[in-house]
Amino acid sequence: MVFASHNNIISGLGFSTEENYQAVLNSKLAVKKTTLPFSKEEFCLATIDQTLLNNRFSNIDDPKHFTKLEQLSILSINEVITNSGINPSDEKTVLIYSTTKGNIDLLEKEKTSNIDKKRAYLFEFANVLKSHFNFKNNPIVLSNACISGILAIIIAKRFIEKGTYNHVIVCGGDIISEFTLSGFKSFNALSNEACRPFDKARVGINLGEAVSSILITNHKSLSKPYETQIISGFSANDANHISGPSRTGDGLLQCLNQLNITSTNHIGFISAHGTATVFNDEMESVAIERAHLTDIPVNSLKGYYGHTLGAAGVLETILSLESLKNQTLISSAGFKNKGVTGKISVIEQFEKKSFQSFIKTAAGFGGCNAAAFFSKI
Amino acid sequence: MNYINSYAHIKNNSVYVNGEQVFTYDKNATVNTFLSEAYHAINLVYPKFHKMDTLCKLGLLCAEFALQNNHFINEHHLQKTAIILSNSSSSLETDKLYQHSISDKNNYFPSPTIFVYTLPNIIIGELAIKHKITGENAFFITEKFDANLLVDYCETILNHNATSAICGWVELNENSYEAIIFLVEKKYHPDKNSIFKPLNQQIVTQIYNQT
Amino acid sequence: MEVLIEKLKRQVIEQLNLVEVKPEDINPDSPLFGEGLGLDSIDALELIVLLEKHYGIKIEDPKDGKTIFQSLTTLAEYIKANGKS
Repeated sequence: MVFASHNNIISGLGFSTEENYQAVLNSKLAVKKTTLPFSKEEFCLATIDQTLLNNRFSNIDDPKHFTKLEQLSILSINEVITNSGINPSDEKTVLIYSTTKGNIDLLEKEKTSNIDKKRAYLFEFANVLKSHFNFKNNPIVLSNACISGILAIIIAKRFIEKGTYNHVIVCGGDIISEFTLSGFKSFNALSNEACRPFDKARVGINLGEAVSSILITNHKSLSKPYETQIISGFSANDANHISGPSRTGDGLLQCLNQLNITSTNHIGFISAHGTATVFNDEMESVAIERAHLTDIPVNSLKGYYGHTLGAAGVLETILSLESLKNQTLISSAGFKNKGVTGKISVIEQFEKKSFQSFIKTAAGFGGCNAAAFFSKI
Repeated sequence: MNYINSYAHIKNNSVYVNGEQVFTYDKNATVNTFLSEAYHAINLVYPKFHKMDTLCKLGLLCAEFALQNNHFINEHHLQKTAIILSNSSSSLETDKLYQHSISDKNNYFPSPTIFVYTLPNIIIGELAIKHKITGENAFFITEKFDANLLVDYCETILNHNATSAICGWVELNENSYEAIIFLVEKKYHPDKNSIFKPLNQQIVTQIYNQT
Repeated sequence: MEVLIEKLKRQVIEQLNLVEVKPEDINPDSPLFGEGLGLDSIDALELIVLLEKHYGIKIEDPKDGKTIFQSLTTLAEYIKANGKS
């Protein structure tokens, strides 16, 4: 069995999983209208306050020598290692880091700092984490667009089942940069208001920054936080278009079918990718319907956090685990009126419910899709 | 037991398939010129090729050379064909191009066609689209070519929900580049154009280091 | 108008990397999307950039693109009506 264990979320809603979960229960949103130093325009984004971060990070090391993403990642992974007691130097322990752009802000010429620009290379970034924690194994960096987070968890499970590792810390993170913001803007994919997954009035995403870490392990003693195992997980490609999803949700359907769900009875919810673009949410609803999973209520957490790219799959899985542990369905923030053709039902209020399991889905640029199934032991 | 059916290796403006040089070009030519010539040499007719960034062109061409004169695509269930790629620089060359398009505030024109290529897994997307391959995906970043990681992960999925895989390394960093693509499968069905070697770390490393 | 259309042909070929297409191959009245040149949604976004970069025209709502970008002729007519240069 492979278990989901200790974890951490750092986001605009707090520096711990507990803080984040409580904030979500109180319908707090990390997304806010923000003006950034490089643009006169106002965007709706979820940022993490650098001053707060520097203060926290100073307890560990000098913030001047680390990028924002490095500071966040070190803080987050540190929580997981401390709480679980695992030894990073153990040869059957590894870090899998999920990110789309890493330290991409280092490409900005105007930025003057003591930080070596070579850390724009993802493996150099990973080496900073390796050195800090004294990991024996080189971290594995996974850069597979927005499915990276959940895919990293699936890959962790596969490596553990194969016997290559016993413990895998999966850490996912991305920061907001002019690079990413301008790019999504050129795609006309941004919303100026808080985003509205699955809603009729949805117009696009909000970008969010976050880092989240979770320990995936085969040690039963570490299963205590959630008593939950990862049953299965798969990825697939639409083979259709490099930036738009398949209109018929082919790739995601292939993933959902492979989960081989025979009964939807005890499945509490589907934690959807739900980015709030016109195309993604429509595609997901179609895939869920074609997979005969419409009985299972759906939510998206991106109304709270925005799209956190490399962190999304990890962050959203962790909150889904909290949801399962607390037997509480999380309301899908930003949703009022259904605006997708697939016959899904979106969770509109927080609700106590008795359930055993949940499904997590994701999709990303490059036509990639992923789905995973988590269940109480 | 899993097998390497065939492989293609592109470096130093030359293309090798199963160890034999099949195309070479002026060593002083730029990577883009070389790739353009290689595209014509293989008689590829695929207009989308020209819209790709250099990294995707490199990856796609390497795969095309490996797949040429090979029944791999026809023989395999493409829903169960995985594409597992890796490199050390991610999409950095295209990232720099994109950064350039937003660096001058007086000439500020973020390009969506450049931005879409600022993710390394787009190579996987392009390959998937061309051949309708819908199986598992993964793009890993490692400092150097990591035979152990690729073999370990390929074996994992071949024991699971894949019956074949296209795996390898597609790297572009400033003026240096290299790509190696292996066609891997579970079943042993010899073909006169294949090399059929067992998939293991030792053999993959040996093939990679072959000049 | 013809001068503008010839100029547009070259600009579209360059901006969209249509390497195998020659200006003389493009029929200005053929659809740009779907059949004809077979452009896709990313190309549509890039055409919006082209309009701003070369003609100073900003399209606020990309949905307007459907009519403006129907063919090179409709694009040229739009530029004539709205362009600053």
